[in-house]
Amino acid sequence: MSMLDTAWSPAARKTLLTPILANNPIAVQVLGICSALAVTTRMDKAIVMGIGVTLVAMLANLAVSLVRNHTPNSIRIIVQLAIIASLVIMVDQILKAYLYELSLELSVFVGLIITNCIVMGRAEGYAMQNPPWPSLLDGVGNGLGYALVLILVAFVRELTGAGKVLGFTVLPLAQDGGWYVGNGLMLLAPSALFIVALLIWALRTWMPELQEKD
Amino acid sequence: MEHFANLFVRAVFLENMALAFFLGMCSFLACSKKVETALGLGVAVVFVQVLTVPLNNLILRYLLAEGALGWISPAFASIDLTFLAFILFISTIAAAVQVVEMAIERFAPGLYSTLGVFLPLIAVNCVILAGSLFMQERDYTFAESVVFGAGSGLGFAIAIVAMAAVREKMRYSHVPDGLKGLGITFVTAGLMSLAFMMFSGIQL
Repeated sequence: MSMLDTAWSPAARKTLLTPILANNPIAVQVLGICSALAVTTRMDKAIVMGIGVTLVAMLANLAVSLVRNHTPNSIRIIVQLAIIASLVIMVDQILKAYLYELSLELSVFVGLIITNCIVMGRAEGYAMQNPPWPSLLDGVGNGLGYALVLILVAFVRELTGAGKVLGFTVLPLAQDGGWYVGNGLMLLAPSALFIVALLIWALRTWMPELQEKD
Repeated sequence: MEHFANLFVRAVFLENMALAFFLGMCSFLACSKKVETALGLGVAVVFVQVLTVPLNNLILRYLLAEGALGWISPAFASIDLTFLAFILFISTIAAAVQVVEMAIERFAPGLYSTLGVFLPLIAVNCVILAGSLFMQERDYTFAESVVFGAGSGLGFAIAIVAMAAVREKMRYSHVPDGLKGLGITFVTAGLMSLAFMMFSGIQL
């Protein structure tokens, strides 16, 4: 079997694809909600945040997996934190250099990728026990799963709240002479929680095995 | 004095970490099944927050900010190390939490048995790091950072205890199957967040 076949074996594909939907980090594993919701008022913010988390999760998983056999168990958390924090600094510097306006709006939430439970959780829960390539795929998969939920929530909030998608007007607002009356609640913090709740409800109705027993 | 009181009230209610910024949501959802655990976590967060925000403020002021290293030698006066803030903040937090944990275990075993389990968890709680990052972004002085640390920690504690109280009662209600557990908790948090929005516009 060639290198490529190993790299794209069904197992590898499964590692990449399950976290996107069936084992979604936000909706199923309940990880990384912390910084997820505050950046979803507009789609461009959500997309940038999603890309940032995917990059950090991918590289952090790779790095943690590469040093996993040389890391003493007692200091593993601090090693992971150091790796993740360095990667987040890189993302932050890149954002400041190329997307300065957006980086101001994301403010502290880029820095908070460090304590995002997805990155930490996957490094600790997956990369510490697995070889580099599957770890990298796992990081990408989880990052994309996170980005997917973020973008979905942001799409609903931006469309119903401001009548726009990615900054382009889709539903002309009444105050600008259009017909659509914007839903102000959607631009406020609580709406993100309601939308995620509805997403979880939909997902769990579709996949009843995910439902919690009380 | 009025300025500090204002800052404190803002941090507790208006800019509530959990309900206005959704920070610390992971532990907010995971540790709010019982009031007792929620209270333990809340107290631990206040404790660590009051310690780490001022500590990071000193680090920022005397090590990282532009020109801060001038006290060592004038040659260092033009160095700006603020890009290292993330990694230094998180290291300070991890170290401070470790020291606090050992100190409590040694000097207050009773407190340790209630608080101890939460302390390692707190090192990677977004609320703690966010406290320091907001402090950096808003350029607080040392005294302001103490007040802000206490206020933001207390705000989180109030939110999580209230959430736990609601969830304890919820055990007796009929929730649709798909919403059980996580889903209904999100809806509850949303409603609480809506209630906290009434504080907006309050000025002391």
